Amino acid sequence: MHVSNISRSTIGPADSMPANDEAMAGRFREAVMPHLDDAYNLARYLTRNPQDAEDVVQEAYLRAYKFFGTFKGSNARPWLLAIVRNCFYTWVKARPRSDTASLTDIDLDDVDIASVVSDLWTSDAIDPEKSLIKLDDAAAVRTVIERLPTQFRETLVLREMEDLSYQEIAEITAVPIGTVMSRLARARQLFKAAWMEHQDKERRS
Amino acid sequence: MSCSKEKAILLHGMLDGQLDAMNAVQFEEHLKVCPLCAAEYERQKQMRAAIRASGVAHKAPESLRLRIAATIGPVGADAPSAPANASRTRQRSLRTSWWISGVSLALAASLALFIALPQSRYGALEEELVDSHVRSLLASHLTDVQSSDRHTVRPWFNGKVDVAPPAVDLADKGFPLIGGRLDYIDDRVVAALVYRRNGHVINVFVRPASETKDSEPRETSYRGYNLCQWRQKGTEFWAVTDASPSELKEFEQLYSAASAAEL
Repeated sequence: MHVSNISRSTIGPADSMPANDEAMAGRFREAVMPHLDDAYNLARYLTRNPQDAEDVVQEAYLRAYKFFGTFKGSNARPWLLAIVRNCFYTWVKARPRSDTASLTDIDLDDVDIASVVSDLWTSDAIDPEKSLIKLDDAAAVRTVIERLPTQFRETLVLREMEDLSYQEIAEITAVPIGTVMSRLARARQLFKAAWMEHQDKERRS
Repeated sequence: MSCSKEKAILLHGMLDGQLDAMNAVQFEEHLKVCPLCAAEYERQKQMRAAIRASGVAHKAPESLRLRIAATIGPVGADAPSAPANASRTRQRSLRTSWWISGVSLALAASLALFIALPQSRYGALEEELVDSHVRSLLASHLTDVQSSDRHTVRPWFNGKVDVAPPAVDLADKGFPLIGGRLDYIDDRVVAALVYRRNGHVINVFVRPASETKDSEPRETSYRGYNLCQWRQKGTEFWAVTDASPSELKEFEQLYSAASAAEL
């Protein structure tokens, strides 16, 4: 698989803990390991693929462990999630197949809700087996989120699932707070429109 | 839809509890007089509930947890793995504190071990075994034959290695058999049996012994991993794990007792 060269080749026994770093490993385990589900969740929504998400998280944990000595804060979770996000963008750039269009900066005012919502649903017409109507609610929510453009998706996930403050999201995504706020408003608007359409379809069926 | 773009931003700030006191009070007043924003506010609360519902956030697979834990190195005693299927938002703080207390216990236990145990001999073979153990966790290649059925695992090795490793099932004793794989130790292909103890993996490397005399189990540790070596009826066993030494000891006793009949 194309992803394996970014993570697996960099991992080997030599990268595991040096014997004399027991104390640091202990601190890392205590501060960073509990956030594995959160890291995986973010990576999963960014990559939209379980195997790629695992590769991104594994790479992120290796980096986090390597740079743990420089981490000075009291809460490792936003710090870890920032690393996961960076690993994701590195991974995207390293990919031969490029669907980076969804990653380029989108002028918020250029996003036409109607067209995004219709895009969200056209793939169902192609593959009726995967129609959202047949999925249960949680699976449908996942699918709707996965189909949002990346910037909106990451902002929404960081806020609603990772429960980060605007300030933390601004730091992680390296944009001003005002941008976080408008992205979040836009992401929720898109989500709402797609979700309501999903419920309409469900009612009709 | 909110009545204006500006109010939409405030609405989400309100929803997220991120407005300062003055803006929050002002927006609450606005909600009372603006049916558009009031309806949108309710609607957005429903959306948020749908997104935050259980089953929407993903959980890390156990195999990933084990692989990453192996790169950080083992703990001296059992650290509990995060409970599955808990509603994350509600359980997060609980889970974290539980985990941390488990880790603290584990650290305390490993510290005690470091004081209590004499320094072990570090040898090239131990290093190879630990490397193989770590690699088996990292590469998503823990097993070539994945089965908890001893009658599947043992015959699988026929003709592949020059031992028939006793793939005894110790599931009822808390050490379920996961499967087996071929590994390469000391320039030879050897059999590796894979057992699990809670969140930990135990690799048992099996090869013909250079001496026929049985030997008592010999425990060592290398790079923080625990190893146990013994000889039984011309077969040499090396068990390697990040589980605690006491669990490894327990495993060795159960395994050698159960496998004696099969050698």
